[in-house]
Amino acid sequence: MEIALRTEGLKRMFGGLAAVDGVALECRVGRVHAVIGPNGAGKTTLINLLSGDLAPSAGRIEILGRDVSGLAAHRIARLGVGRSYQRTNIFMSFSAFENCRLAAQSRLSSSMRFLRPALSYREVNQAAERALELCGLQSKKDATAAALSHGERRQLEVAMTLATAPRVLLLDEPLAGMGAEEAERMVELLRKLGAAHAMLLVEHDMDAVFAIAATLTVMVDGRVLASGTPAEIRANAQVQEAYLGAADG
Amino acid sequence: MDRAPLRLFLLALLLAAAAFPLVGEKFYLQFATKVMIMALFAMSLDLLVGYAGLVSLGHALPFGVAAYALMLMTPEYQPAGIGLSLAASIAVAALASLAVGLLVLRTSGIYFIMVTLAFGQMAYYYVHDSRHLGGSDGKYIYVRPALELAGWKPFDLENPAHFYYVVLALMVLVYASIRVLLASPFGRVIVALRENEHRLRMLGFATFRYKLVCFVLAGMLAGLAGWLAAAHDGLVNPEMLSWHQSGQLLMMVILGGMGTPGGPILGAVALKALELVFQGWTKHWQLLLGGFIVASVLFMPRGLSQVFAWKSRCAPRD
Repeated sequence: MEIALRTEGLKRMFGGLAAVDGVALECRVGRVHAVIGPNGAGKTTLINLLSGDLAPSAGRIEILGRDVSGLAAHRIARLGVGRSYQRTNIFMSFSAFENCRLAAQSRLSSSMRFLRPALSYREVNQAAERALELCGLQSKKDATAAALSHGERRQLEVAMTLATAPRVLLLDEPLAGMGAEEAERMVELLRKLGAAHAMLLVEHDMDAVFAIAATLTVMVDGRVLASGTPAEIRANAQVQEAYLGAADG
Repeated sequence: MDRAPLRLFLLALLLAAAAFPLVGEKFYLQFATKVMIMALFAMSLDLLVGYAGLVSLGHALPFGVAAYALMLMTPEYQPAGIGLSLAASIAVAALASLAVGLLVLRTSGIYFIMVTLAFGQMAYYYVHDSRHLGGSDGKYIYVRPALELAGWKPFDLENPAHFYYVVLALMVLVYASIRVLLASPFGRVIVALRENEHRLRMLGFATFRYKLVCFVLAGMLAGLAGWLAAAHDGLVNPEMLSWHQSGQLLMMVILGGMGTPGGPILGAVALKALELVFQGWTKHWQLLLGGFIVASVLFMPRGLSQVFAWKSRCAPRD
């Protein structure tokens, strides 16, 4: 199957600290790749490097066959990379629909269009509606993002990412802070999306991770401790010691 | 927000404005013309401050260079052509905004305010100290620009009523254009800039480019206002470029209500009208005006246009 995302020797220094240190991983369409690890392991930094929020100090990132190391974030996004944020990062005063519509609008060849009303672009509106529906937000379409519940904002965050029609999804803790029911629906959605997209998932919810992921990478102190199928990871003694054991109490 | 009352008020204001030259004295006609030029100028600043979230304290720069461009293009005792001089003034304002924008848009927040102020003052002192531009006294434009199409003169700017209607028409046109612009895909990106530029970039928008285009567009509108002001007053001076000018303009925008299409018009009318009234009362009119502005910011943080949104305040929010 097609490798959509590949990193080699990826490294990011903050002063003297290597937040991400020599990470190599691959992500394929249809096989969800989850990255787990304790707090401060460098998971979010890794996603920031992949999305272009941060530039790597060393190493190489290849997305959809292109070397994107050091490319500006908006260019990486336009290649077909969608990311969601751990801390909700949406347009608070806009309606849920407008949040998604704007995301979908980013796929027009250019938004330097000054005359025709934005709402008259049918394909853009449809993409926004589809994304809202996929995330179960169609009934909240006209509510401002500020008026949504925490869980709904998380859903909106993912809906915006989907509205850009990405091929590669980088999701940073999409389940964080969700109620049990919302989380269940989100896991279902992620499973569905995982089949058609290349998905890199950072998540703390171990049940969700083991339910969705085909490949697991465990990070500790910026380095890859182990990588393999969920079964291999579960059986790995080092991982048990460093992370899973501690999490299970 | 329900803006119907504001729209009704603006419509009534427009009708009153259209009828005004029939009854108004020359002094008030010229005063009203000046106010509308400032309103147009304030709308251009609101595009930056109210929508894109770029608080510029140097918006007098494109205004002033356009005014000086008209002065330089006007022959001593003959009118400048309207078409050519207006195009030149707006082009000069656009170029100046482009050059300044390329540098200042790399900063944001308080730094943006300071850097725009610095560029504005650079232009001010350059003009102030240039003898060929008239130095600190400025220069007169003895003859107002004229338009002639194959012997036909549609209007004569030497006639105060004609000038008044030209400015009124331009103000309405700019107001309508800004509304169209804000509803366009470009406008939506601009409004989102103020809200969350980082997310916009992550969605794939090259935000710098959008800010730059917005900055240049606002500069061109300021250029139009500068050309009108110079043509109307028959005079240019360095004060047109000074930070007082930029500051007063910012006050108009804040007083009227940032990010509302009618707000800057309201702000310009209110500030200029109060100035006139207070000047009639006392020589310390600036004290009164300052007090009024402080009070209005305290009690109407969203500006005068807030008064017309009383309906939505009664309705439950969020």
